Amino acid sequence: MIEFKNVKKAYQDNVVIEDLSFTINDGEFVCIIGPSGCGKTTTLKMINRLHKVNGGEILIDGTNINDIDVNELRKSIGYVIQHIGLFPNMNVKQNISVVPTLLKWSKDKIDLRIKELMKMINMPFDEFAYKYPNELSGGQQQRVGVLRALAANPNIILMDEPFGALDPITRDVLQDELRNIHDQLKKTIIFVTHDMDEAVKMADRILFLDGGKILQYATPEEMLKNPGTPLIREFLGKISYDYNASDLTCEDVMRKRVYTVYNKERTLKCTSIMKQRDVASLVVVDHNNRYLGIIRIEDIKSEGVPGETIEKLIRKEDITVLINSNARDAFSELEKDNKEYLVVLKRDRQVAGIITRSSMAKALASLIWGENDV
Amino acid sequence: METEAVMQHLGLVCVSFIFTAIFGLLLGIIGYNFKRTRFIILWFVDILQTIPVLALLGIIMIFFGATFRTVVIGIVLYSLLPVVRNTIVGLEQIDPAIREAAIGMGMTKRQRLYKIEFPLAFPIIFTGLKISVITSIGIAVFGAVVGGGGLGYTINRAIMIQDGNTLFKATLALVLMSLAFDLIMGLIEKKLDYSKRRGSV
Ligand SMILES: Nc1ncnc2c1ncn2[C@@H]1O[C@H](COP(=O)(O)OP(=O)(O)OP(=O)(O)O)[C@@H](O)[C@H]1O
Ligand SMILES: [Mg+2]
Repeated sequence: MIEFKNVKKAYQDNVVIEDLSFTINDGEFVCIIGPSGCGKTTTLKMINRLHKVNGGEILIDGTNINDIDVNELRKSIGYVIQHIGLFPNMNVKQNISVVPTLLKWSKDKIDLRIKELMKMINMPFDEFAYKYPNELSGGQQQRVGVLRALAANPNIILMDEPFGALDPITRDVLQDELRNIHDQLKKTIIFVTHDMDEAVKMADRILFLDGGKILQYATPEEMLKNPGTPLIREFLGKISYDYNASDLTCEDVMRKRVYTVYNKERTLKCTSIMKQRDVASLVVVDHNNRYLGIIRIEDIKSEGVPGETIEKLIRKEDITVLINSNARDAFSELEKDNKEYLVVLKRDRQVAGIITRSSMAKALASLIWGENDV
Repeated sequence: METEAVMQHLGLVCVSFIFTAIFGLLLGIIGYNFKRTRFIILWFVDILQTIPVLALLGIIMIFFGATFRTVVIGIVLYSLLPVVRNTIVGLEQIDPAIREAAIGMGMTKRQRLYKIEFPLAFPIIFTGLKISVITSIGIAVFGAVVGGGGLGYTINRAIMIQDGNTLFKATLALVLMSLAFDLIMGLIEKKLDYSKRRGSV
């Protein structure tokens, strides 16, 4: 766990950070974002003591970083910079093994580790290990930069706009790889960026700084839903929920307006709602809006007694899905026996919405053409 | 006789080179690491070069007599500048990002110097060494005046007895020596440049 407690930083008389406090949990992927000059790099570099704290304290797992030998501290923290900073006089293998060598790992252990790391990002050892940085593309160089930071298995990795200099496609690939690495290795990653897309894509939590102060510290979802200030809203700009189709949940593809009736409702009332809405069935709920079943127009016609409640006519059909289940599964459920619709339920079986072919189509269309309202 | 003079001359150059390299690198690294000393060191090696060679040798001779040692000291003092200057320049021109990466990875000052900074600066330092060797071939000629021997002695005597043939041979030997050093060290220099050593990106 990394804790900033009332941290202050000034360059000569220029106070850049006045009073900064926040916590980063173990295994968390935190993106620091904000306008240029807001103190992102300064904040990052105070963690590995490239910049000195002028007030307050930074604790790692409860220990003040100033109480740790500076080089030991740095060897225990991975560090990746925007300009990559590979050592041109060393080949890929030598570059990656810098910190393990400083830590006096055995040759065999280092070799094993490097092969393991290079496998993780699909850089075949035989092809790349003995190449020099100037023989690699920018993307390959930064991959090596990331591996170099991971080499000695640090628990914390600091990254300062590591993908800033890469073209968009390469950046996208490296983002995916890094996120994968994070999900596999559960490292604490602190990642500076000025690109909100990147932050939303990568982060577990986003720390938004302005003028050395925290404007908002929240999950990407929360920030998208409730941007803390106009500046954050501006940064979020035109990011809409940029999900892949495979990430969609039932919530994303359902229609919220559902025609429901109370189970004690009389048949006459039901038929009039059906006529009015031009539907052949209604969803029946109890007084807590919990799903009971559906009622069909045919059933009312053939068996219904005018003036009676619908209770006996309710069909307990198994056409429900949970709100957070995958939309793809819902779709195949819908396809099976050619169902008309599915009722989306919350955990407590309250009705949350309804999925029809047309609501599904609208959701997918908005994903493709970027319209937001389903 | 003449091969002996050539060997003597080479001996002067080589022995001086060892000391020039050691002191030049040392002064350069000190100047690089301690900013406050940099100005003084550069000023000192610069001043040395402005003293006429013969005057410098004369002063040293007062302390050490007319010996081989006097000539070596003279050559070293006179050829320090390119080594010191290129060492400082070579270390300073390293990409700050690379230096920062090294610091951020927890290398001590000394580890940085011998693992990263010195190897990266070496091509430029080597150029300084080359210049200093070639300078010293010329300086060594003056060494004859204070008992250094070598081709300087041959040339002086040839002038005195007006032996054009020997004078020509000795001069030719000097020129060839300079060219040979320049060529060989130039080839090494090219091999050293990391950025050009292999296919570029
Ligand atoms: N070494 C330094 N000496 C003096 N002032 C500095 C130094 N480094 C940063 N600053 C100042 O501190 C402030 C914050 O700088 P910092 O580099 O942390 O910003 P940043 O958020 O990383 O910006 P960017 O997005 O441009 O990288 C800026 O006003 C900058 O001018
Ligand atoms: Mg920055």
